[in-house]
Amino acid sequence: MKLPQPANKWVTDTARTCLGAPVNFTANDLTCVRGGRLVFQALGFQVAAGSVLVLRGPNGCGKSSLLRLIAGFQAPAAGNFLWDDNSINNDPDGHRARITYAGHLDAVKTAFSVTEGLMFWARIGGMGDPKAVAEALDLWGLGPVANLPSAYLSAGQRKRLNLARLSLSTAQMWLLDEPTVSLDDGAIGTLMTVIGEHQAGGGSAIIATHTDLALNATNTLNLEPFTAFQTDVPAS
Amino acid sequence: MTGFMELVRRDIRLAMRQGSGMYWTLMFFLLTITLFPLGVGPEQAILGRIATGVVWVAALLAAMLSLDRLFQADYEDGSLELLALAPVPMEIIVLAKCTAHWITTGLPLAIAAPFMGMMLNMDPAGFLILTGTMLLGTPILSLIGGIGAALTVGVRRGGVLLSLLVLPLYVPTLIFGVIAVDEGVNGLGAQPHIMLLTAMLLGAIALAPWASAAALRLNME
Repeated sequence: MKLPQPANKWVTDTARTCLGAPVNFTANDLTCVRGGRLVFQALGFQVAAGSVLVLRGPNGCGKSSLLRLIAGFQAPAAGNFLWDDNSINNDPDGHRARITYAGHLDAVKTAFSVTEGLMFWARIGGMGDPKAVAEALDLWGLGPVANLPSAYLSAGQRKRLNLARLSLSTAQMWLLDEPTVSLDDGAIGTLMTVIGEHQAGGGSAIIATHTDLALNATNTLNLEPFTAFQTDVPAS
Repeated sequence: MTGFMELVRRDIRLAMRQGSGMYWTLMFFLLTITLFPLGVGPEQAILGRIATGVVWVAALLAAMLSLDRLFQADYEDGSLELLALAPVPMEIIVLAKCTAHWITTGLPLAIAAPFMGMMLNMDPAGFLILTGTMLLGTPILSLIGGIGAALTVGVRRGGVLLSLLVLPLYVPTLIFGVIAVDEGVNGLGAQPHIMLLTAMLLGAIALAPWASAAALRLNME
């Protein structure tokens, strides 16, 4: 496929602010094609340790696709990702160990109790400390339903159960796809606290969202100018 | 290795809780075999002659029955994406899921097989060989079936397509499984066929997870 020349380099440059902290994740000239359709092109950004990159843009502009590219579910049609100046393709296992992904699907097994569900993900990630799991459930307000089969959870509670994995994660970079959907104010507050602590420990996050997040050290990246269907090309 | 054991344990627990996998497969196996005396007639000599083949074919079909959910349940609820990002290679994940599938379907079939043979007037000399070849053959069914299940993971109601993909690949297992029992009963020795089945099992363990993992990665794009 012949791709048109990127007409919006200027947005790429403004997105490359890094808040004075060492940059450890870089994306260069990304192009994403899904189902034969060009989603976005010429997209570049950097994520510094301890910072959060908020992805914005209308539905269908490729926020989820970008997160899936970073998670490695799909390879970009063009461009590359660097971690500390090394391409992630050189060390896919290392890249997987550095990221935690929470997508639209909550990965909740209805036949398992709430504790069993979280315990499995903790164990397969290599840390099955029952006390830490119980603490994470309490933190996310799931303590009272810890022994209930997950089939009886509400949508918000399922989301909490999925996000509770973050409290057990040692990954450096979190990829969150609309994490606030169906959460109540209390749970959003918990999420902000957990992300804040993650940042304080030098961790970073890339979050696709439509709501305003009360976070420090955030960069915002609007994907709309990079999409294929935008018509208003700014003059350079 | 811990990841492998963790996943095997989880899948067995899920299969037990949801009941479906284990008991329905076994009941299907039993019912299918019960149909043969009704269809063929109660002639003992004829039933004894076809017993091995009937038990094996019923086992192939029963093992197929639960295959379409092997990866699909995890694919649909998002667990597969998280498993793909876990610090466990995709090939090991596939191997773990096939192992759990075998323990919940193939193993009960192998244990039930001699009783089904008894029902069909099979020569008692063949019971041990039948169980042995089933123990070797049913894991091959889970592993090869895993490739089909991985390829059709994104297809809704992919059960029929899965059968079309996988049944032809089951033919060698069926042939050697049945011949081993027949030759063993006739005193010609089942050993060469059992060795061939073992070779096929080892080959399947070594190769099938790679094919399944590649198919799953493709479907996750």
